[in-house]
Amino acid sequence: MAGPQYLAEPARRIKSVRLGGITALFHRPSARTHLVGSPVPEILDALQETAMDANALLTFLQDRYEVADADPASLAARLAELEAAGLVRVA
Amino acid sequence: MRHSVSLKIGPVGFRIGSDWRVPIAALKDLYRDYPAPDDGIADFNVRLFAARFWRRFIRPSVMIGGDYIIPDAAPLPLEMGLLAAEMGMNLQMALGQRRYLLLHASAVVRDGKALLMSGVSGAGKSTLAALLMARGWRLMGDEFALIDPMSGLVYGFPRLISLKNAAIGLMRSTLPQGRFGPLMKATPKGNIRHLVPDAQAIAAMETPARPALILFPTFGHAPAERAVDEAEAFVRLTQASTNFVGLGQAGFDTLTRLVREVPARAIDYPDTESALRLVEDLWSATA
Repeated sequence: MAGPQYLAEPARRIKSVRLGGITALFHRPSARTHLVGSPVPEILDALQETAMDANALLTFLQDRYEVADADPASLAARLAELEAAGLVRVA
Repeated sequence: MRHSVSLKIGPVGFRIGSDWRVPIAALKDLYRDYPAPDDGIADFNVRLFAARFWRRFIRPSVMIGGDYIIPDAAPLPLEMGLLAAEMGMNLQMALGQRRYLLLHASAVVRDGKALLMSGVSGAGKSTLAALLMARGWRLMGDEFALIDPMSGLVYGFPRLISLKNAAIGLMRSTLPQGRFGPLMKATPKGNIRHLVPDAQAIAAMETPARPALILFPTFGHAPAERAVDEAEAFVRLTQASTNFVGLGQAGFDTLTRLVREVPARAIDYPDTESALRLVEDLWSATA
């Protein structure tokens, strides 16, 4: 059964800067800064155009980024954090 | 208020008013070579006042007020009136500065390029800045470095250098001809004595510089040095900034640009001689 469909904040609302291996995100609507590592930038990128549920997103990330040991529980935790931060929302 | 003085430190103008003559007289003496604010208009006001009328005279204690205040701040005895004035000016900068990204850092300049030193209280950033000034570097400030969001340049804030405890004797022997304020004993931060920045620092106090090296010094360990990556420098400097959040995206853009363009190092040092050697070596290698 399909779970909730997630969609990322539009790119125009987020200023993203790479700082070495970390990405700094400035979320314009909340004026909050987030420091994130992989796979968060990849998740936000994947959910820009198309809403996906967690399973579809996991498959997408495995195919696109060749993630061998992708973990559904970890992805669910990341999605929950990103939703709480306002960086993704349930479509 | 009964007594007042207006002065400019770096690009920032202040008007300090007081119920008492003594703190204003000390400011007028120690800041005598500083200019007045542009067009006589101060950016910030500081007020030193008595909480009750009789506190002007009986065990006089100084409350710190101004455009920006901390509620319930404890008063200081009148003997520490100069410290109260300096704290009042720092407070206006920390709470009210919007024109620049404000970093809690000392800054010195050589060959037109700036070295920023950021650390917790006691890391030695004031002492190192004063010692480098004594070696011919141009002092930009021992407390705040101001980063211009438009250009990325550092503007100085060369207020009186706040020397604490052992640094007082060290700088008295290093700069025997230096101009020092009164010794204030047993302040909330220990013994404090102010040192007036040298003529070079005051003459060029409005001249910005391109940042070339960021150091995070720590006192009390064997000499060591390591690179600080962009992400760590960013986190440390957000913690060292009082207005990063308040500036919104301008603060984010300014700080990400700074840490991407300027190399950063952490240094540990057991004594000032080691620190100066580390600083000079790193400056030669990176700036």
